Amino acid sequence: MKRKEIRLSGAGGQGMILAGIILAESSLFDPELYVVQTQSYGPESRGGASRAEVIVSREPIDYPKVVKADILVCLTAESLEKYGQEVAEGGVVIADDSFAGEDYIPPEGVDFYSLPIIAKAREEIGLEVTANMVALGAVDHFLSEIDSECLEQAIEKRVPGGTEEKNMAAFRAGQQLLAARV
Amino acid sequence: MKNKAGEKIKEKEARTMLLQGDEAVVEGGLVAGASFFAGYPITPASEIAEGFAEKLPALGGKFIQMEDEIASMGCVIGASLAGEKAITATSGPGFSLKQENLGLGIMVEAPCVVVNVQRVGPSTGLPTSPSQGDVMQARWGTHGDHPIIALSPSTVKETIDLTIESFNMAEKYRIPVILLLDEIVGHMREKVRIPSPEEVEIVERKRPRLEDREEFYPYLETEDHIPPMPDYGQGFRYHSTGLFHDKTGFPRGKTEDARRLMDRLMAKIDENLDDIILLEDDLKGDEEIVVLSYGSTARSAISAVVRARQEGLKAGWVKLKTVWPFAEDFVADLADRVQEIIVPELNRGQLIGEVEKAACGRARISGIHRYDGTIIPPAEILAKIKEVG
Repeated sequence: MKRKEIRLSGAGGQGMILAGIILAESSLFDPELYVVQTQSYGPESRGGASRAEVIVSREPIDYPKVVKADILVCLTAESLEKYGQEVAEGGVVIADDSFAGEDYIPPEGVDFYSLPIIAKAREEIGLEVTANMVALGAVDHFLSEIDSECLEQAIEKRVPGGTEEKNMAAFRAGQQLLAARV
Repeated sequence: MKNKAGEKIKEKEARTMLLQGDEAVVEGGLVAGASFFAGYPITPASEIAEGFAEKLPALGGKFIQMEDEIASMGCVIGASLAGEKAITATSGPGFSLKQENLGLGIMVEAPCVVVNVQRVGPSTGLPTSPSQGDVMQARWGTHGDHPIIALSPSTVKETIDLTIESFNMAEKYRIPVILLLDEIVGHMREKVRIPSPEEVEIVERKRPRLEDREEFYPYLETEDHIPPMPDYGQGFRYHSTGLFHDKTGFPRGKTEDARRLMDRLMAKIDENLDDIILLEDDLKGDEEIVVLSYGSTARSAISAVVRARQEGLKAGWVKLKTVWPFAEDFVADLADRVQEIIVPELNRGQLIGEVEKAACGRARISGIHRYDGTIIPPAEILAKIKEVG
Protein backbone atom coordinates (compact mmCIF):
# COMPACT_ATOMS: atom_id res chain seq x y z
CA MET A 1 0.00 0.00 0.00
CA LYS A 2 1.23 3.42 -0.94
CA ARG A 3 1.31 5.86 1.94
CA LYS A 4 -1.88 7.77 2.48
CA GLU A 5 -1.50 11.40 3.46
CA ILE A 6 -4.18 13.30 5.39
CA ARG A 7 -3.97 17.01 6.17
CA LEU A 8 -6.45 18.63 8.60
CA SER A 9 -6.22 22.40 8.55
CA GLY A 10 -7.99 25.31 10.14
CA ALA A 11 -7.54 27.87 12.88
CA GLY A 12 -6.12 27.37 16.36
CA GLY A 13 -8.92 26.27 18.69
CA GLN A 14 -10.87 24.36 16.04
CA GLY A 15 -9.47 21.08 17.26
CA MET A 16 -7.63 20.06 14.12
CA ILE A 17 -4.71 18.68 16.11
CA LEU A 18 -6.99 16.66 18.39
CA ALA A 19 -8.70 15.26 15.28
CA GLY A 20 -5.25 14.32 13.94
CA ILE A 21 -4.30 12.58 17.17
CA ILE A 22 -7.57 10.63 17.21
CA LEU A 23 -7.06 9.62 13.59
CA ALA A 24 -3.53 8.45 14.37
CA GLU A 25 -4.61 6.68 17.53
CA SER A 26 -7.30 4.74 15.67
CA SER A 27 -4.47 2.98 13.81
CA LEU A 28 -3.36 1.33 17.06
CA PHE A 29 -6.06 -1.30 16.53
CA ASP A 30 -4.26 -2.54 13.41
CA PRO A 31 -0.84 -3.82 14.46
CA GLU A 32 0.43 -3.85 10.88
CA LEU A 33 -0.37 -0.23 10.12
CA TYR A 34 2.40 2.36 10.52
CA VAL A 35 1.37 5.89 11.44
CA VAL A 36 3.02 9.27 11.91
CA GLN A 37 1.18 12.36 13.09
CA THR A 38 2.76 15.80 13.03
CA GLN A 39 1.41 19.25 13.65
CA SER A 40 2.12 22.86 12.97
CA TYR A 41 0.72 25.72 14.95
CA GLY A 42 1.58 29.21 16.11
CA PRO A 43 2.45 30.35 19.63
CA GLU A 44 -1.16 31.41 20.33
CA SER A 45 -3.69 28.93 21.77
CA ARG A 46 -6.66 30.43 19.88
CA GLY A 47 -6.58 31.78 16.35
CA GLY A 48 -3.63 31.63 13.99
CA ALA A 49 -3.22 28.83 11.47
CA SER A 50 -3.20 25.29 12.80
CA ARG A 51 -2.81 22.00 11.03
CA ALA A 52 -2.36 18.35 11.79
CA GLU A 53 -0.98 15.81 9.37
CA VAL A 54 -1.39 12.06 9.53
CA ILE A 55 0.34 9.52 7.34
CA VAL A 56 -0.65 5.87 7.36
CA SER A 57 1.15 3.12 5.50
CA ARG A 58 1.78 -0.63 5.51
CA GLU A 59 5.49 0.15 5.26
CA PRO A 60 7.72 2.11 7.64
CA ILE A 61 7.30 5.86 7.09
CA ASP A 62 10.42 7.92 6.50
CA TYR A 63 9.44 11.49 5.59
CA PRO A 64 6.89 12.39 8.31
CA LYS A 65 5.11 15.28 6.61
CA VAL A 66 2.49 15.53 3.88
CA VAL A 67 3.92 16.04 0.39
CA LYS A 68 0.62 15.96 -1.47
CA ALA A 69 -2.50 15.23 0.53
CA ASP A 70 -4.80 12.37 -0.42
CA ILE A 71 -7.38 13.84 1.91
CA LEU A 72 -7.40 17.56 2.69
CA VAL A 73 -9.78 19.11 5.23
CA CYS A 74 -10.06 22.90 5.44
CA LEU A 75 -12.15 24.66 8.07
CA THR A 76 -10.98 28.17 7.16
CA ALA A 77 -10.75 30.06 3.88
CA GLU A 78 -7.06 30.72 4.60
CA SER A 79 -6.24 27.04 4.88
CA LEU A 80 -8.05 26.23 1.62
CA GLU A 81 -6.13 28.96 -0.11
CA LYS A 82 -2.85 27.76 1.34
CA TYR A 83 -3.18 24.00 0.82
CA GLY A 84 -5.92 23.70 -1.79
CA GLN A 85 -3.47 23.00 -4.62
CA GLU A 86 -1.20 20.58 -2.71
CA VAL A 87 -3.48 17.61 -3.27
CA ALA A 88 -2.59 14.34 -5.00
CA GLU A 89 -4.40 13.15 -8.11
CA GLY A 90 -7.32 10.98 -7.06
CA GLY A 91 -7.45 12.81 -3.74
CA VAL A 92 -10.31 14.70 -2.11
CA VAL A 93 -10.74 18.15 -0.65
CA ILE A 94 -13.34 18.61 2.07
CA ALA A 95 -14.02 22.22 3.02
CA ASP A 96 -16.60 24.01 5.11
CA ASP A 97 -19.33 25.49 2.96
CA SER A 98 -19.37 28.78 4.88
CA PHE A 99 -16.50 29.97 2.71
CA ALA A 100 -15.74 27.29 0.13
CA GLY A 101 -17.60 28.72 -2.80
CA GLU A 102 -17.16 28.76 -6.53
CA ASP A 103 -13.85 30.59 -6.63
CA TYR A 104 -11.86 27.51 -5.58
CA ILE A 105 -10.76 25.28 -8.43
CA PRO A 106 -9.33 21.94 -7.28
CA PRO A 107 -6.36 20.43 -9.13
CA GLU A 108 -7.02 17.99 -12.00
CA GLY A 109 -8.38 14.65 -10.81
CA VAL A 110 -9.28 15.88 -7.34
CA ASP A 111 -12.84 15.69 -5.96
CA PHE A 112 -14.10 18.66 -4.03
CA TYR A 113 -16.76 18.54 -1.33
CA SER A 114 -18.12 21.75 0.13
CA LEU A 115 -20.00 20.61 3.24
CA PRO A 116 -21.87 22.33 6.11
CA ILE A 117 -19.40 21.04 8.71
CA ILE A 118 -19.44 23.98 11.13
CA ALA A 119 -23.21 24.56 10.66
CA LYS A 120 -23.90 20.89 11.49
CA ALA A 121 -21.83 21.14 14.66
CA ARG A 122 -23.51 24.35 15.71
CA GLU A 123 -27.10 23.57 14.81
CA GLU A 124 -27.46 19.80 15.07
CA ILE A 125 -25.03 19.05 17.88
CA GLY A 126 -25.36 22.42 19.54
CA LEU A 127 -21.61 22.81 19.99
CA GLU A 128 -19.50 24.48 17.33
CA VAL A 129 -16.31 22.99 18.80
CA THR A 130 -17.43 19.56 17.65
CA ALA A 131 -16.84 20.62 14.04
CA ASN A 132 -13.56 18.69 14.18
CA MET A 133 -15.47 15.46 14.83
CA VAL A 134 -17.95 16.26 12.05
CA ALA A 135 -14.93 16.69 9.76
CA LEU A 136 -13.49 13.40 10.98
CA GLY A 137 -16.78 11.69 10.12
CA ALA A 138 -16.46 13.03 6.59
CA VAL A 139 -12.84 11.87 6.37
CA ASP A 140 -13.89 8.40 7.49
CA HIS A 141 -15.77 8.00 4.23
CA PHE A 142 -12.52 8.10 2.25
CA LEU A 143 -10.36 6.20 4.69
CA SER A 144 -10.39 2.58 3.62
CA GLU A 145 -7.31 1.82 5.76
CA ILE A 146 -9.02 2.35 9.11
CA ASP A 147 -12.35 0.88 10.28
CA SER A 148 -15.02 3.34 11.39
CA GLU A 149 -15.29 1.37 14.61
CA CYS A 150 -11.62 1.97 15.40
CA LEU A 151 -12.14 5.68 14.89
CA GLU A 152 -15.15 5.62 17.22
CA GLN A 153 -13.15 3.85 19.90
CA ALA A 154 -10.32 6.35 19.52
CA ILE A 155 -12.78 9.25 19.87
CA GLU A 156 -14.28 7.79 23.05
CA LYS A 157 -10.81 7.39 24.51
CA ARG A 158 -9.50 10.86 23.70
CA VAL A 159 -12.28 13.41 24.07
CA PRO A 160 -12.89 15.04 27.48
CA GLY A 161 -14.95 12.88 29.87
CA GLY A 162 -18.65 13.59 29.66
CA THR A 163 -18.49 14.81 26.05
CA GLU A 164 -18.27 11.36 24.44
CA GLU A 165 -21.89 11.32 23.35
CA LYS A 166 -21.84 14.74 21.70
CA ASN A 167 -18.57 14.02 19.94
CA MET A 168 -19.83 10.68 18.71
CA ALA A 169 -23.02 12.29 17.44
CA ALA A 170 -20.88 14.87 15.62
CA PHE A 171 -18.76 12.10 14.06
CA ARG A 172 -21.89 10.31 12.83
CA ALA A 173 -23.32 13.57 11.49
CA GLY A 174 -20.13 13.96 9.49
CA GLN A 175 -20.44 10.44 8.11
CA GLN A 176 -24.01 11.18 7.04
CA LEU A 177 -23.02 14.40 5.31
CA LEU A 178 -21.15 12.31 2.79
CA ALA A 179 -23.48 9.33 2.74
CA ALA A 180 -26.10 11.79 1.50
CA ARG A 181 -23.79 13.33 -1.07
CA VAL A 182 -21.70 10.57 -2.60
CA MET B 1 12.73 -2.07 41.97
CA LYS B 2 12.96 0.27 44.96
CA ASN B 3 13.61 3.97 45.23
CA LYS B 4 16.08 5.48 47.67
CA ALA B 5 13.54 5.76 50.43
CA GLY B 6 13.11 2.03 50.13
CA GLU B 7 9.58 2.35 48.76
CA LYS B 8 8.70 -0.16 46.14
CA ILE B 9 8.43 1.28 42.65
CA LYS B 10 5.83 -0.28 40.45
CA GLU B 11 7.38 -2.44 37.73
CA LYS B 12 6.50 -1.29 34.25
CA GLU B 13 5.30 -3.59 31.55
CA ALA B 14 5.98 -3.37 27.83
CA ARG B 15 3.13 -1.78 25.87
CA THR B 16 2.37 -0.27 22.47
CA MET B 17 1.15 3.32 22.30
CA LEU B 18 0.84 6.35 20.09
CA LEU B 19 3.49 8.58 21.57
CA GLN B 20 5.02 12.00 20.96
CA GLY B 21 8.81 12.29 20.93
CA ASP B 22 8.60 14.37 24.10
CA GLU B 23 6.46 11.70 25.76
CA ALA B 24 8.96 9.09 24.57
CA VAL B 25 11.67 10.89 26.56
CA VAL B 26 9.50 10.42 29.66
CA GLU B 27 8.79 6.75 28.94
CA GLY B 28 12.40 5.99 27.97
CA GLY B 29 13.62 7.85 31.04
CA LEU B 30 11.36 5.83 33.34
CA VAL B 31 12.57 2.57 31.76
CA ALA B 32 16.16 3.72 32.37
CA GLY B 33 15.33 4.42 36.01
CA ALA B 34 14.94 8.21 36.01
CA SER B 35 14.02 9.22 39.55
CA PHE B 36 14.40 13.01 39.51
CA PHE B 37 13.37 15.87 37.21
CA ALA B 38 13.96 19.57 37.75
CA GLY B 39 13.15 22.06 35.03
CA TYR B 40 11.25 25.01 33.74
CA PRO B 41 8.62 24.52 31.02
CA ILE B 42 9.32 25.84 27.52
CA THR B 43 7.90 25.14 24.08
CA PRO B 44 8.52 22.68 22.43
CA ALA B 45 9.80 20.71 25.44
CA SER B 46 6.99 21.35 27.96
CA GLU B 47 5.42 17.93 27.41
CA ILE B 48 8.54 16.34 28.93
CA ALA B 49 8.11 18.30 32.18
CA GLU B 50 4.36 17.57 32.11
CA GLY B 51 4.97 13.85 31.71
CA PHE B 52 7.52 13.60 34.49
CA ALA B 53 5.34 15.76 36.77
CA GLU B 54 2.52 13.32 36.27
CA LYS B 55 4.46 10.08 36.48
CA LEU B 56 7.52 10.49 38.70
CA PRO B 57 5.77 11.13 42.05
CA ALA B 58 3.56 8.07 41.58
CA LEU B 59 6.70 5.96 41.10
CA GLY B 60 8.40 7.33 44.20
CA GLY B 61 10.52 9.84 42.28
CA LYS B 62 10.67 13.62 42.54
CA PHE B 63 9.59 16.43 40.20
CA ILE B 64 10.49 20.04 40.90
CA GLN B 65 9.53 23.02 38.80
CA MET B 66 12.35 25.45 39.47
CA GLU B 67 12.45 29.22 39.25
CA ASP B 68 14.65 29.20 36.15
CA GLU B 69 16.88 27.12 33.92
CA ILE B 70 20.24 27.46 35.62
CA ALA B 71 18.69 26.61 38.98
CA SER B 72 17.14 23.53 37.35
CA MET B 73 20.55 22.43 36.14
CA GLY B 74 22.05 22.98 39.58
CA CYS B 75 19.24 20.96 41.08
CA VAL B 76 19.84 18.11 38.66
CA ILE B 77 23.56 18.02 39.50
CA GLY B 78 22.76 17.98 43.21
CA ALA B 79 20.28 15.16 42.79
CA SER B 80 22.80 13.23 40.72
CA LEU B 81 25.49 13.58 43.39
CA ALA B 82 22.94 12.34 45.91
CA GLY B 83 22.51 9.17 43.86
CA GLU B 84 19.44 9.93 41.74
CA LYS B 85 19.12 9.40 38.02
CA ALA B 86 18.38 13.00 37.16
CA ILE B 87 17.09 14.69 34.02
CA THR B 88 16.04 18.14 32.85
CA ALA B 89 14.47 19.30 29.58
CA THR B 90 14.43 22.60 27.77
CA SER B 91 14.72 24.33 24.40
CA GLY B 92 17.30 26.77 22.97
CA PRO B 93 16.64 29.78 25.22
CA GLY B 94 16.73 27.60 28.33
CA PHE B 95 19.70 25.61 27.07
CA SER B 96 21.63 28.89 26.89
CA LEU B 97 20.85 29.55 30.54
CA LYS B 98 21.95 26.08 31.61
CA GLN B 99 25.42 26.34 30.14
CA GLU B 100 27.33 27.52 33.21
CA ASN B 101 26.05 24.70 35.39
CA LEU B 102 26.45 22.23 32.55
CA GLY B 103 30.18 22.94 32.86
CA LEU B 104 29.93 22.30 36.60
CA GLY B 105 28.25 18.97 35.87
CA ILE B 106 31.14 18.00 33.60
CA MET B 107 33.73 19.11 36.14
CA VAL B 108 32.21 17.30 39.15
CA GLU B 109 31.39 14.35 36.85
CA ALA B 110 27.70 14.20 37.72
CA PRO B 111 25.81 11.70 35.56
CA CYS B 112 22.65 13.37 34.25
CA VAL B 113 20.61 13.92 31.08
CA VAL B 114 19.90 17.33 29.58
CA VAL B 115 17.24 17.31 26.88
CA ASN B 116 17.12 20.15 24.35
CA VAL B 117 14.14 20.07 21.99
CA GLN B 118 15.52 22.51 19.43
CA ARG B 119 13.45 25.37 18.07
CA VAL B 120 14.51 28.18 15.76
CA GLY B 121 16.82 30.76 17.34
CA PRO B 122 18.66 32.86 18.30
CA SER B 123 16.88 34.39 21.28
CA THR B 124 13.20 33.42 21.47
CA GLY B 125 13.17 32.84 17.66
CA LEU B 126 10.25 30.72 16.44
CA PRO B 127 9.00 28.83 19.50
CA THR B 128 6.87 26.25 17.72
CA SER B 129 9.11 25.54 14.72
CA PRO B 130 11.91 22.99 14.27
CA SER B 131 15.61 23.67 14.07
CA GLN B 132 18.97 21.95 14.47
CA GLY B 133 20.60 25.21 15.44
CA ASP B 134 22.02 24.14 18.80
CA VAL B 135 24.44 21.49 17.55
CA MET B 136 27.56 23.56 18.14
CA GLN B 137 26.12 24.93 21.37
CA ALA B 138 25.75 21.36 22.58
CA ARG B 139 29.46 20.90 21.89
CA TRP B 140 30.87 24.24 23.00
CA GLY B 141 28.10 26.07 24.86
CA THR B 142 29.82 25.94 28.22
CA HIS B 143 33.21 27.60 28.47
CA GLY B 144 36.61 25.96 28.43
CA ASP B 145 37.84 22.69 26.97
CA HIS B 146 35.57 19.86 27.98
CA PRO B 147 34.24 16.49 26.87
CA ILE B 148 30.57 16.05 26.01
CA ILE B 149 28.22 13.40 24.67
CA ALA B 150 25.22 14.44 22.57
CA LEU B 151 22.72 12.04 21.01
CA SER B 152 20.06 12.95 18.46
CA PRO B 153 17.05 10.76 17.60
CA SER B 154 15.06 10.90 14.35
CA THR B 155 12.02 8.82 15.29
CA VAL B 156 9.87 8.34 18.37
CA LYS B 157 11.21 4.80 18.75
CA GLU B 158 14.78 6.11 18.59
CA THR B 159 13.85 8.72 21.18
CA ILE B 160 12.96 5.96 23.64
CA ASP B 161 16.15 4.05 22.82
CA LEU B 162 18.45 7.07 22.93
CA THR B 163 16.93 8.37 26.16
CA ILE B 164 17.79 5.02 27.75
CA GLU B 165 21.20 5.22 26.08
CA SER B 166 21.71 8.77 27.42
CA PHE B 167 21.12 7.63 30.99
CA ASN B 168 23.35 4.61 30.45
CA MET B 169 26.22 6.63 29.01
CA ALA B 170 25.82 9.28 31.72
CA GLU B 171 26.08 6.62 34.43
CA LYS B 172 28.86 4.73 32.72
CA TYR B 173 31.10 7.71 31.98
CA ARG B 174 30.03 10.06 34.80
CA ILE B 175 29.13 12.87 32.46
CA PRO B 176 26.09 15.00 31.56
CA VAL B 177 24.64 13.65 28.29
CA ILE B 178 22.75 15.99 26.00
CA LEU B 179 19.77 14.58 24.16
CA LEU B 180 19.13 16.77 21.14
CA LEU B 181 15.64 16.49 19.75
CA ASP B 182 14.15 18.94 17.32
CA GLU B 183 10.56 20.21 17.34
CA ILE B 184 9.50 17.72 14.68
CA VAL B 185 10.68 14.68 16.62
CA GLY B 186 9.53 16.21 19.91
CA HIS B 187 5.96 16.80 18.79
CA MET B 188 5.58 14.00 16.23
CA ARG B 189 3.43 11.05 17.23
CA GLU B 190 4.27 7.50 16.16
CA LYS B 191 3.14 4.07 17.16
CA VAL B 192 5.82 2.61 19.38
CA ARG B 193 6.37 -0.23 21.76
CA ILE B 194 7.73 0.83 25.12
CA PRO B 195 10.01 -1.93 26.41
CA SER B 196 9.93 -3.16 29.99
CA PRO B 197 13.08 -2.47 32.04
CA GLU B 198 13.88 -6.20 31.97
CA GLU B 199 14.27 -6.16 28.19
CA VAL B 200 16.93 -3.48 27.98
CA GLU B 201 20.39 -3.03 29.43
CA ILE B 202 20.30 -0.52 32.28
CA VAL B 203 23.64 0.79 33.50
CA GLU B 204 24.20 1.96 37.06
CA ARG B 205 27.16 4.10 38.11
CA LYS B 206 30.09 2.38 39.73
CA ARG B 207 29.76 2.89 43.48
CA PRO B 208 32.53 2.35 46.07
CA ARG B 209 32.14 -0.27 48.78
CA LEU B 210 30.86 1.09 52.06
CA GLU B 211 33.70 -0.62 53.98
CA ASP B 212 36.24 1.38 51.95
CA ARG B 213 34.92 4.64 53.40
CA GLU B 214 38.06 5.47 55.40
CA GLU B 215 40.40 5.06 52.41
CA PHE B 216 38.12 6.84 49.95
CA TYR B 217 39.17 9.48 47.40
CA PRO B 218 36.24 10.77 45.33
CA TYR B 219 38.30 11.71 42.27
CA LEU B 220 40.89 8.97 42.28
CA GLU B 221 42.60 8.19 38.97
CA THR B 222 41.53 4.67 38.01
CA GLU B 223 42.47 2.49 35.06
CA ASP B 224 39.27 3.36 33.18
CA HIS B 225 39.54 7.03 34.25
CA ILE B 226 36.10 6.81 35.89
CA PRO B 227 36.27 7.08 39.69
CA PRO B 228 33.65 5.15 41.68
CA MET B 229 30.99 7.50 42.94
CA PRO B 230 29.21 7.26 46.30
CA ASP B 231 25.89 8.94 47.02
CA TYR B 232 26.14 12.05 49.18
CA GLY B 233 25.04 11.22 52.67
CA GLN B 234 26.33 7.65 52.73
CA GLY B 235 29.17 8.69 55.04
CA PHE B 236 31.97 9.11 52.51
CA ARG B 237 34.15 12.25 52.81
CA TYR B 238 33.30 13.90 49.59
CA HIS B 239 33.81 17.38 48.18
CA SER B 240 32.75 18.57 44.72
CA THR B 241 33.84 21.81 43.12
CA GLY B 242 34.01 23.48 39.73
CA LEU B 243 37.61 24.43 40.48
CA PHE B 244 40.33 22.11 39.26
CA HIS B 245 40.88 19.62 42.03
CA ASP B 246 43.01 16.65 42.99
CA LYS B 247 41.86 13.17 43.98
CA THR B 248 40.44 14.46 47.28
CA GLY B 249 38.03 16.72 45.41
CA PHE B 250 39.58 19.82 46.99
CA PRO B 251 41.18 22.58 44.88
CA ARG B 252 44.89 23.24 45.37
CA GLY B 253 45.32 25.77 42.59
CA LYS B 254 48.14 23.71 41.05
CA THR B 255 48.84 23.58 37.32
CA GLU B 256 49.61 19.85 37.39
CA ASP B 257 46.14 19.16 38.84
CA ALA B 258 44.55 21.13 36.01
CA ARG B 259 46.35 19.17 33.31
CA ARG B 260 45.84 15.80 35.00
CA LEU B 261 42.12 16.32 35.53
CA MET B 262 41.48 17.71 32.03
CA ASP B 263 43.37 14.79 30.46
CA ARG B 264 41.36 12.31 32.51
CA LEU B 265 38.03 13.97 31.69
CA MET B 266 38.87 13.80 27.98
CA ALA B 267 40.34 10.28 28.15
CA LYS B 268 37.20 8.68 29.57
CA ILE B 269 35.39 9.70 26.38
CA ASP B 270 38.25 9.51 23.84
CA GLU B 271 39.15 5.95 24.84
CA ASN B 272 35.57 4.73 24.43
CA LEU B 273 34.54 6.20 21.08
CA ASP B 274 33.49 2.79 19.72
CA ASP B 275 31.03 2.42 22.56
CA ILE B 276 29.73 5.98 22.41
CA ILE B 277 29.45 6.70 18.68
CA LEU B 278 26.19 5.26 17.40
CA LEU B 279 25.21 5.55 13.76
CA GLU B 280 23.19 3.73 11.15
CA ASP B 281 23.81 3.50 7.43
CA ASP B 282 22.60 1.86 4.28
CA LEU B 283 25.80 1.67 2.27
CA LYS B 284 26.06 -0.98 -0.42
CA GLY B 285 29.67 -0.23 -1.33
CA ASP B 286 29.10 1.30 -4.76
CA GLU B 287 28.12 4.76 -3.52
CA GLU B 288 29.35 7.87 -5.25
CA ILE B 289 27.16 10.20 -3.23
CA VAL B 290 26.28 9.83 0.44
CA VAL B 291 23.79 11.94 2.37
CA LEU B 292 24.90 12.29 5.99
CA SER B 293 22.34 13.62 8.45
CA TYR B 294 20.87 13.37 11.94
CA GLY B 295 17.60 14.08 13.74
CA SER B 296 14.39 14.65 11.79
CA THR B 297 16.38 15.66 8.68
CA ALA B 298 17.56 12.06 8.41
CA ARG B 299 14.01 11.02 7.53
CA SER B 300 13.99 13.33 4.52
CA ALA B 301 17.47 12.13 3.58
CA ILE B 302 16.49 8.45 3.68
CA SER B 303 13.37 9.13 1.62
CA ALA B 304 15.45 11.01 -0.98
CA VAL B 305 18.16 8.32 -1.18
CA VAL B 306 15.62 5.53 -1.61
CA ARG B 307 14.15 7.40 -4.57
CA ALA B 308 17.59 8.19 -6.00
CA ARG B 309 18.51 4.50 -5.97
CA GLN B 310 15.21 3.63 -7.65
CA GLU B 311 16.27 6.01 -10.38
CA GLY B 312 19.62 4.23 -10.71
CA LEU B 313 21.80 6.77 -8.90
CA LYS B 314 24.62 5.44 -6.74
CA ALA B 315 23.56 7.10 -3.52
CA GLY B 316 23.59 6.03 0.12
CA TRP B 317 22.73 7.44 3.53
CA VAL B 318 24.33 7.69 6.94
CA LYS B 319 22.33 8.66 10.01
CA LEU B 320 24.29 9.85 13.04
CA LYS B 321 22.65 9.02 16.36
CA THR B 322 25.66 10.27 18.29
CA VAL B 323 26.40 13.82 17.20
CA TRP B 324 29.15 14.41 19.82
CA PRO B 325 31.78 13.04 19.94
CA PHE B 326 31.72 13.36 16.16
CA ALA B 327 32.21 10.21 14.06
CA GLU B 328 35.47 11.54 12.67
CA ASP B 329 37.12 8.23 11.71
CA PHE B 330 33.97 6.94 10.05
CA VAL B 331 33.61 10.08 7.93
CA ALA B 332 37.35 10.05 7.07
CA ASP B 333 36.99 6.47 5.73
CA LEU B 334 33.82 7.41 3.90
CA ALA B 335 35.53 10.38 2.23
CA ASP B 336 38.13 7.98 0.84
CA ARG B 337 35.44 5.91 -0.88
CA VAL B 338 32.89 8.41 -2.21
CA GLN B 339 32.95 11.48 -4.40
CA GLU B 340 30.51 13.67 -2.55
CA ILE B 341 28.98 13.89 0.91
CA ILE B 342 25.79 15.96 1.19
CA VAL B 343 24.97 17.30 4.65
CA PRO B 344 21.39 18.59 5.04
CA GLU B 345 20.83 20.49 8.29
CA LEU B 346 18.16 22.75 9.79
CA ASN B 347 20.73 25.48 10.39
CA ARG B 348 23.14 27.60 8.40
CA GLY B 349 25.79 24.89 8.48
CA GLN B 350 27.05 23.48 11.77
CA LEU B 351 27.94 19.79 11.66
CA ILE B 352 29.06 20.19 8.03
CA GLY B 353 32.22 21.87 9.37
CA GLU B 354 33.10 18.66 11.22
CA VAL B 355 32.44 16.63 8.07
CA GLU B 356 34.78 18.91 6.09
CA LYS B 357 37.43 18.62 8.76
CA ALA B 358 37.25 14.82 8.79
CA ALA B 359 37.09 14.50 4.99
CA CYS B 360 40.07 16.81 4.67
CA GLY B 361 39.56 17.48 0.97
CA ARG B 362 39.29 13.79 -0.04
CA ALA B 363 35.62 14.12 -1.02
CA ARG B 364 33.50 17.08 -2.04
CA ILE B 365 31.20 18.26 0.73
CA SER B 366 28.03 20.20 0.11
CA GLY B 367 25.26 21.36 2.41
CA ILE B 368 21.54 21.94 2.26
CA HIS B 369 20.51 24.49 4.84
CA ARG B 370 17.16 25.66 6.12
CA TYR B 371 16.73 27.98 9.03
CA ASP B 372 13.17 29.28 8.49
CA GLY B 373 11.43 26.75 10.73
CA THR B 374 10.44 24.33 7.97
CA ILE B 375 11.72 20.82 7.37
CA ILE B 376 13.87 20.03 4.32
CA PRO B 377 11.62 18.07 1.94
CA PRO B 378 13.01 14.90 0.29
CA ALA B 379 12.61 16.50 -3.16
CA GLU B 380 15.18 19.15 -2.29
CA ILE B 381 17.74 16.53 -1.26
CA LEU B 382 16.95 14.40 -4.33
CA ALA B 383 17.50 17.45 -6.54
CA LYS B 384 20.89 18.00 -4.89
CA ILE B 385 21.86 14.35 -5.41
CA LYS B 386 21.04 14.72 -9.11
CA GLU B 387 22.82 18.04 -9.34
CA VAL B 388 26.12 16.75 -7.94
CA GLY B 389 25.85 13.23 -9.43
